[in-house]
Amino acid sequence: MWKVNVKTIVAIGIGAALFFVLGRFVAIPSPIANVTISIQYGLLAFMAALFGPIAGCLIGLIGHFLIDLSWGWGIWWSWVIASALFGLFVGMLGNRTRLSFGQFGKKGAINFNICQAIGHAAAWIVVAPVLDIIIYSEPANKVFVQGLVAAASNIVTTAIVGTLLCFAWAKAIPDKGSLKKES
Amino acid sequence: MTNLFNYLPRNSPVHRLAGATKLSALLLLSFAGMTTFDTRLLAALAILSFAMFGVSKIRLRDVSAMLWFTFVFMVLNNLLIFVFEPEHGVSIYGARHEICRLVGDIYLTQEQLFYQLNVVLKYLAMIPLVILFVSTTDPSEFAASLNRIGVSYKVAYSVSLALRYIPDIQREYHDISLALQARGVEMTKKERFFKRLKNAATIIFPLIMTSMTRIETIANAMELRSFGKLKKRSWYAANPFKAADIAVIAASALVLLLSALLTLVNHGRYYNPFV
Repeated sequence: MWKVNVKTIVAIGIGAALFFVLGRFVAIPSPIANVTISIQYGLLAFMAALFGPIAGCLIGLIGHFLIDLSWGWGIWWSWVIASALFGLFVGMLGNRTRLSFGQFGKKGAINFNICQAIGHAAAWIVVAPVLDIIIYSEPANKVFVQGLVAAASNIVTTAIVGTLLCFAWAKAIPDKGSLKKES
Repeated sequence: MTNLFNYLPRNSPVHRLAGATKLSALLLLSFAGMTTFDTRLLAALAILSFAMFGVSKIRLRDVSAMLWFTFVFMVLNNLLIFVFEPEHGVSIYGARHEICRLVGDIYLTQEQLFYQLNVVLKYLAMIPLVILFVSTTDPSEFAASLNRIGVSYKVAYSVSLALRYIPDIQREYHDISLALQARGVEMTKKERFFKRLKNAATIIFPLIMTSMTRIETIANAMELRSFGKLKKRSWYAANPFKAADIAVIAASALVLLLSALLTLVNHGRYYNPFV
């Protein structure tokens, strides 16, 4: 689970690039004015479940860092770190979904969604607001409301985009042992 | 599209500094600015970071889009702070000087204004630094700089891969999105919300599947070239340290030290003129 080989390193690079492009340029308008839905967390959860916790953590860290750099609104370390921890968490528990073997059924989907929901809740309702209070000394109720909104929207988008991605991926690669030698 | 991070090559003392220097200065100064709430230090940092624009020959006009964006973000954040907790300053500074009553139970206090002044100063001190960093540092030097300040070169290489492939993935996303829109996949407000999300997923499927094959190809190519066999590697885009580099790093470290000292002197992170 914690092994880093060349493939993990490339997956981190490409994953961070995908995270960046989805987060920076693919803004889906939501019913609430001026709030756009970020689908990059669906990708992050999928990559973390596939490549493990280290990849998940670094994709979140690098991708979010680059997004902040390119907007120029300063680097919000509290939220960057929360993204990284979300990737780490899904990577740690998501291993059980057996996604890397190309097997992803109903059980895997339930497992995946429980992981991502807990991960998002921990990242946006606990880590990000607490760091906001410690680092930027912002009022507690403001950051917790922001965190709640972020967690709710991220859980929904990850449930839709992430789960669909996992199913598509499992369909795209052949099952382990699906090939038999003809006698 | 190629100039994603708004890098502006100019011939200035700031541009001539090594990337690793600018990165460490950015980290040290932003850490100093992040921890302290001392108004004097924040004001000094803000003046310093705007002065650096002059030194680096970057005009404010060059980065006006980024500055506007940040300005709107700052105003919104301050409004939110006030709406949610108009008495936050009072609880921080432990004193209460009312200026006037706004509506109902909500009062404008000097402490709240002072606290929000500090928040604004924090923005003014930190954000110009980030904008300066991205506009004076060649992105291709970024990975080498990360490695220089102690990040494992494998992780630094991931960052460099990410920067290398962002334009490619962007182009591919654009192509796929146009192709699917031609087939009637809708992503704008005309579609219902959940359908829109699902459509977004249909567009990113092909993108991610091709990226997976890409990961495989790049990983094989790197493995064939024995990537990761040795403990160190050299970088094409790395710059050696000069005297100016060491001076800048030392100065930034001093600012961080100053911020820590002020925390001791003020008995906490806040400079409190009220008590």
